[in-house]
Amino acid sequence: MVKENKELKVSAIKEGTVIDHIPASKLFKVIEILSLDKIDKQITFGTNLESKKLGRKAIIKISDKFFEEDEINKIALIAPDAKLNIIKDYEVVEKKVVKLPKQIHGIVKCVNPKCITNYEDVPPKFTVLEKNGKVALKCNYCEKITDEENIKLL
Amino acid sequence: MSKENFLGRSLVSILDYGKDDYLTIMEVAKHFEANPVQNILSGKVIATLFFEPSTRTRLSFESAVNKLNGKIIGFTDASTSSVKKGESLKDTIQTVANYSDLIVMRHPIEGSARYASEVSKVPVVNAGDGANQHPTQTLLDLYSILKTQNTLDNLEITLVGDLKYGRTVHSLIMAMSHFNPKFNLVSPPTLKLPDEYKLFLKEKNIPFAEFENITDTIKTTDILYVTRIQKERFSDPIEYEKVKNSYVLRNEMLEGTKDNLRVLHPLPRVNEISTDVDSNPKAYYFQQALNGVYVRQAIIALILGLI
Repeated sequence: MVKENKELKVSAIKEGTVIDHIPASKLFKVIEILSLDKIDKQITFGTNLESKKLGRKAIIKISDKFFEEDEINKIALIAPDAKLNIIKDYEVVEKKVVKLPKQIHGIVKCVNPKCITNYEDVPPKFTVLEKNGKVALKCNYCEKITDEENIKLL
Repeated sequence: MSKENFLGRSLVSILDYGKDDYLTIMEVAKHFEANPVQNILSGKVIATLFFEPSTRTRLSFESAVNKLNGKIIGFTDASTSSVKKGESLKDTIQTVANYSDLIVMRHPIEGSARYASEVSKVPVVNAGDGANQHPTQTLLDLYSILKTQNTLDNLEITLVGDLKYGRTVHSLIMAMSHFNPKFNLVSPPTLKLPDEYKLFLKEKNIPFAEFENITDTIKTTDILYVTRIQKERFSDPIEYEKVKNSYVLRNEMLEGTKDNLRVLHPLPRVNEISTDVDSNPKAYYFQQALNGVYVRQAIIALILGLI
């Protein structure tokens, strides 16, 4: 019996952005952060794909959409290994990695229960710090640090 | 002096300012100490919004404004304002900003002052936002240190009491870090300075050591900064009873200390400085409170561009 070719085929896109190496469990959060549910472009999602590095990964292909750096870097907190392929005329013309931005607006909840962002309708804002090689977020309001282990998404 | 750095700008956190800014405020405070009664706030309205009571801080601000002939509007506790009806902080601030030239705000929630400064069209002075910041207290502490020591540089400062939750202690460490200090940290084991501040001191190469008795380091100390150990910080009342009397400064402990040593305390005091210290010339806490008036005059005048 001839073995089936089990390679996954997700259709190629002509122009746009492919976001690869998203942890499978974070796919829907990435969709939310990038507001992909609100754009009218063709989007293909693949999830629970095998990945040596991540175990199970997800991939997003968005036609006719190119992200600003600030916009795409928002996902760095939850998908730090994400890779971007910029596609033009079916060819990868540029590869990018996501970088943690200096400031994070929204997305993450401040760990301090006494912080104003947990009392009133105030979107949290953080300054991104490195602490012992790990990400730490300093709240711009209450000045308390949210460590990597305590990062909870809104 | 860089007075422009203050013009029209809210005073929210001590961390927003640097050494030069502190020295500018000290210089201007000195001017107000020499001339505390002036007419420069004539026609200005200062709002004092105290969402939680703090009589000492409020009276100090109001005295500062009154001496400069400004008018005061505001409330002394949130139960008498529309906050009780469920009004958001944003709405309260935006409304009051219409009626005033500057807002002084005390609020129990951390980060509320930063938020207020973002939504207000007039500058906001933080008079304490929960356990976070109380910058005018820190600045009056600096002014008191400068006045009593004639310098802010190279001083040995002993911090006593609740170093874990004590907001004034944390801000003072940050502010004094610009002036090559040495810190002695005296506290019960359960109320030691949090690691983040020790890390900060290490990164800045500022020497510090921890002790359990005031007398361990008192002989070499220039500034003895005593804080209250608050009963409400202890979940176990027995623990509080055990430590409450072990950090009391008594007059005899000041024997043989340096002539220039001064005892500071952010007040209110309960029993951590016994009353027999009050008449000792080294006790400085009541003058320290008076200095708060001049420092607050300086801050308001700088922000409103009146000096």
